[in-house]
Amino acid sequence: MVSSQNESSLLSSEGDSQRTQYPYVTGTSVIGIKYKDGILMAADMGGSYGSTIRYKSVERLKQVGKHSLIGASGEISDFQEILRYLDELILHDNMWDDGNSLGPKEVHNYLTRVMYNRRNKFDPLWNSLILGGVKNGKKYLGSVSMIGVHFEDDHVATGFGNHLALPILREEWREDLTFEEGVKLLEKCMRNLLYRDRSAVNKLQIAKITEEGLTISQPYSLKTFWNFAAFQNPTVGAEGSW
Amino acid sequence: MTKEHANWSPYDNNGGTCVAIAGADYCVIAADTRMSTGYSILTRDYSKICKLADKSYMASSGFQADVKALQKVLSSRHLIYQHQHNKQMSCPAMAQLLSNTLYYKRFFPYYAFNVLGGLDSEGKGCVFTYDAVGSYERDAVTPLSEAEAVDLVKTCFASATERDIYTGDSVEIIILNAKGVRRETEQLRKD
Repeated sequence: MVSSQNESSLLSSEGDSQRTQYPYVTGTSVIGIKYKDGILMAADMGGSYGSTIRYKSVERLKQVGKHSLIGASGEISDFQEILRYLDELILHDNMWDDGNSLGPKEVHNYLTRVMYNRRNKFDPLWNSLILGGVKNGKKYLGSVSMIGVHFEDDHVATGFGNHLALPILREEWREDLTFEEGVKLLEKCMRNLLYRDRSAVNKLQIAKITEEGLTISQPYSLKTFWNFAAFQNPTVGAEGSW
Repeated sequence: MTKEHANWSPYDNNGGTCVAIAGADYCVIAADTRMSTGYSILTRDYSKICKLADKSYMASSGFQADVKALQKVLSSRHLIYQHQHNKQMSCPAMAQLLSNTLYYKRFFPYYAFNVLGGLDSEGKGCVFTYDAVGSYERDAVTPLSEAEAVDLVKTCFASATERDIYTGDSVEIIILNAKGVRRETEQLRKD
């Protein structure tokens, strides 16, 4: 009797453990925009373990081949596996040695197929990915979710970024943003996320990809502003409140 | 001893409205361009219409990842058909193929709600409507003129946009007739 109980509890934790998943260490929003010379993407460096901010130096923006940049939110270990898949993809592409190289549109399509096929097997990679790049002068910015929903647009965001950053981007984005204007716009969004998303940390990177190449900035912090009148003596209108 | 249940759903509803009207010698296929998830708008500029053959256009709403996979399966099957038969598939033939493809996944369906529009081999308009698992029928042909039908479509979308939160942004209209294909876009409310 005891052994069958052990068996059933063992079974229920091991039986389907390769399929149904929960995320453990997660990254929060990534935001991306097209600008005059290419793509700009921003993400903070936090890796949360549930409600604990466990890791504060997680790089969630990575280069893919010559022409693309990937940003990921969601389960960090699944992102690392995706980077391994992409590494192999780019390696095989290079080994053809035919002067051709995969552009951002192709990489985005590949990722979409990977995510959708894992979803079909009930074993998803728990990520929302943003893929951006420039090839032969054409800028590309796309998004893929963990169940394979994908699209491209001039501005994309994952997770909380959809709710807090996209409205700002939709209002203030223009076709011919300069690099400085683009960074300012992204910082405005990241600051908003920092105020309102509890999993955000104040240490971020901004990546830029153009026809010439890719640069990912050194980590830095944003200035925050708490001097709003409403934050001084917050309980003045309701004594006893907090 | 209960079976572990998934805490995520393999499906999502990305919303949208698709319409097709068959006329005596034309066919109008239209769909809005909004893609949503939950209460958020993902993008205002996504096409739900796919050209499967010269005279067969499919508009699909539902779960976008499944819609895209379905479009890819049908497109590649059409390419194989062309290689084997040295001609394009007729719209009624494509209609049957779509039905079979959907039923093939009867026990893990494509969450796609499709409308197939085009011209049959006699040049008459034909429209087929489907459910998610492949039940389909050929719809009646309207006596309206092409211009009247296009106007009706625009009116319908304006109405749908007022009341359905998942419909709006803009509508993409494809008009097929003996002369060829025409594409029109109309802006819709973005709220």
